[in-house]
Amino acid sequence: MAAAAICSLFIINKSGGLIYYKDYGSAGRMDTNDSLRVASLWHSMHAISQQLSPTVGCSGIELLEADSFDLHCFQSLTGTKFFVVCEPGMPHMDALLKVIYELYTDYVLKNPFYEMEMPIRCELFDVNLSQAVQKDRGAFLGR
Amino acid sequence: MPAAAPRSGDAIFASVEHVNAELFTLTYGAIVRQLLTDLEEVDEVNKQLDQMGYNIGIRLIDEFLAKANVSRCVDFKETAETIAKVGFKMFLGVTASVTNWDADGTCCSIVLEDNPLVDFVELPDTCQGLYYCNVLSGVIRGALEMVSMKTEITWTRDVLRGDDAYELQVKLLKLVPEEYPYKDDE
Repeated sequence: MAAAAICSLFIINKSGGLIYYKDYGSAGRMDTNDSLRVASLWHSMHAISQQLSPTVGCSGIELLEADSFDLHCFQSLTGTKFFVVCEPGMPHMDALLKVIYELYTDYVLKNPFYEMEMPIRCELFDVNLSQAVQKDRGAFLGR
Repeated sequence: MPAAAPRSGDAIFASVEHVNAELFTLTYGAIVRQLLTDLEEVDEVNKQLDQMGYNIGIRLIDEFLAKANVSRCVDFKETAETIAKVGFKMFLGVTASVTNWDADGTCCSIVLEDNPLVDFVELPDTCQGLYYCNVLSGVIRGALEMVSMKTEITWTRDVLRGDDAYELQVKLLKLVPEEYPYKDDE
């Protein structure tokens, strides 16, 4: 079975609440409570990293490299965080996060029935997100 | 990886799907007329238009940030210039200018020569207190609030009220950065 491009995707609102979680692999699959917990932990760690950083104007952790996974995080200027857990050394994750941000601005924010800061339940977002991840996975496997 | 360069308002405006300008003007006009019928008081309508604009602005800001590739503005001057040159261009297809900076750099005017919302519009005598384009002040206020700036936005010139241009006074009230409450004693 072909390796997934990413293992999981989390979207956190500006208060640290998990508004979207999707996992793409059988390893590291989490239930709802665990995913909520992980999201708040990451939100706190991200905020703390800004305080700890010796650089002025640091905007928080962008990349966490571990033995068995990489975690790429993108925070928009509005405070929403998008982070993916993927296999170590996966290229172009930043570009994928940017694509996911654009999908969020289109299919979530432009949906008038979506309530700001609430969990995302937008089918169009799910569909387009799967396509984007598949495309990225295809590009990776094609190399 | 180097950050992508910010895109110009023109480039973004050209790359998005366009809608018929008349439809846009008619739709906005229908909204204002309906609000006047439902609420009757011109002040209430002004407030509702501002509120609608606010609700648009809080969502529009992410769209703007995603498409325009702008990095965090270093000061309020840069913010105002970005709104005028990139924001207005990208969403309304018009270029605005920034003038009248105060000594602190917290208050300025954004001047619009052209305004697609008001094509073909004339205010009748019964609606003299109406700020027809008040949705715009709400949009800017909502958008800036989502990037940690609390602002107060008022119209200082309005062509529908007899002036020669549209001028919005944008006043930065305070910066409200998202603080992580790690100090228990606060």
